[in-house]
Amino acid sequence: MTLLSVEGLGISFGGIKAVHDVSFKVEPGEIVSVIGPNGAGKTTLFNMISGVYRPGLGRVVLEGEDVTGMAPFRLAQRGMSRTFQNLQIFQNMTVLENAISGFHLQEKGPVLADLLHLPSSRRRARAADAGARALLARVGLERAADREAGNLSYGSLKRLEIARALAMKPKVLLLDEPAAGCNAVETEEIDHLIAEVAASGTAILLVEHDMKMVMRISSHIVVLDHGEKIAEGSPAEVSRNPAVIAAYLGTEEGADADG
Amino acid sequence: MPRLTAKSATLLVLAALIAVTPFFFPSGYYYRVGALIFVNGLAVTGIVILTGYAGQISLGHAGFAGIGGYACALAPTHLGLHPSLAVVLGAAISGVLAYLVGRPILRLKGYYLAVATLGFGILVSMVLNNERQLTGGPDGIAVPELGLRGLLKDWGLDLTNGQFWYFFCGIALLIGAWIALNLHQSPSGRALRALHGSEIAAGTVGIDVARVKLQAFVISAVYASVAGSLVALQNKFITPDVAGFMHSIEMVTMAVLGGAGSVLGAIFGAGILTLLPQALTVFAEYEQLVLGLVMMLVMIFLREGLLPSVLRKLRGRGE
Repeated sequence: MTLLSVEGLGISFGGIKAVHDVSFKVEPGEIVSVIGPNGAGKTTLFNMISGVYRPGLGRVVLEGEDVTGMAPFRLAQRGMSRTFQNLQIFQNMTVLENAISGFHLQEKGPVLADLLHLPSSRRRARAADAGARALLARVGLERAADREAGNLSYGSLKRLEIARALAMKPKVLLLDEPAAGCNAVETEEIDHLIAEVAASGTAILLVEHDMKMVMRISSHIVVLDHGEKIAEGSPAEVSRNPAVIAAYLGTEEGADADG
Repeated sequence: MPRLTAKSATLLVLAALIAVTPFFFPSGYYYRVGALIFVNGLAVTGIVILTGYAGQISLGHAGFAGIGGYACALAPTHLGLHPSLAVVLGAAISGVLAYLVGRPILRLKGYYLAVATLGFGILVSMVLNNERQLTGGPDGIAVPELGLRGLLKDWGLDLTNGQFWYFFCGIALLIGAWIALNLHQSPSGRALRALHGSEIAAGTVGIDVARVKLQAFVISAVYASVAGSLVALQNKFITPDVAGFMHSIEMVTMAVLGGAGSVLGAIFGAGILTLLPQALTVFAEYEQLVLGLVMMLVMIFLREGLLPSVLRKLRGRGE
């Protein structure tokens, strides 16, 4: 059974087709990248898959179940997690608490036990605490654990967001420009991290502008332009595709795709 | 474990204040003021959970205080319940009502809760004012004696009425603070603070935002209800004012003034806003003016609330 299958997905905003009839599949352990010029509809596509927008057309199928337009928290319960292009960090918490929040589905329990500080509540919190510290170490943030999340550098926040998503042990992880705003060293670290996560069996769906990174780590690439899929295939196939080259290197049509 | 100390520190400071302050009371009257501060502090601790942790605003929490208060007036005479059980009954009714009001509202994003609770508070207040046969209307109604003081006397602990309520409400406040602090560092409390930080991110980690908001609303309603019960039992009398709109606003103001994100801060805010009117009786006509001015200055210069802002400044200087 296919892990994640996107079937004919489309959405319009005010009569303009932001995304139209996009289909592809993602299997466990794969790294599938969605690329395309600015404004091609990559983030919109992500928002539909992850339940932030309800698609106008098409279906999202996760492990055989139709999850189209399902609320993000229900998708999370079914093993889908994501990060955001414009970070969504809990600024009112410490770095550690942000990471612990990723364990919510594992650590949650009866409120009454939490209110009364019962041993069961403490046990759940302790397990999440230990798991979160291990994850912070994995993304190189263990020393920042007790700092306010709002004080971290942009690159660190990116890694924190990935750590929080990994805490859920997702089956599918959607990463929206994880390396944006990161320097070369940080990009390489994130690059390794993604490959490692994929190797452990998690499927990765990636939107990324760093073409070197995309070509290096992707097992499969989907190319969008003007909201439509114009090509799909291995990195080598895609980089030879004339339609892709046209979209990127600017025929007149490609040049005003910004926005 | 710095967090453990933050929790115990809060409880220690509170317990010490409750125990030591009476030595400085010039007269028995101050026990009454103290008890009032503790009861307000208890209600405001509920607001900390709703507003400080979960970031939701209620403008009708006095409605729940009214339900708690009138439960103590009505349940003993009409249902034959002991007043202590009436407190529990009031809390249960408040919890259920909060659930029923909150469930449809908290699915919506935005400030709908504030508007809906505003309506709810007005509704409760109108019922209490108009159902004269049951509630005595605007003149209020007598509330039976709790009876615990007599029991303590039999056991050899002889307290004046003022002293009894001072310590009884003080202990209630300590328990309420303990529960709120437990919640803060627990998985459920973390979920509340997470949705306060970012509802979108909270959803992606699997937090059922509508559900946990509802939890916070119900818990805070129970706090307000118990506080209302304690006021009624202490005064042995209750009027619909307890459920009035001004009382709702007062609760939110106390929390925000002291620091809605911190239990100790909010209780501090309750203390100030309970004491200020006593201190300002000399300028009775200007009381509202001074209060408004203080509120504005705090919001402009100390946005996190008095206590958290001052603590941060002190810490900043220490480094």
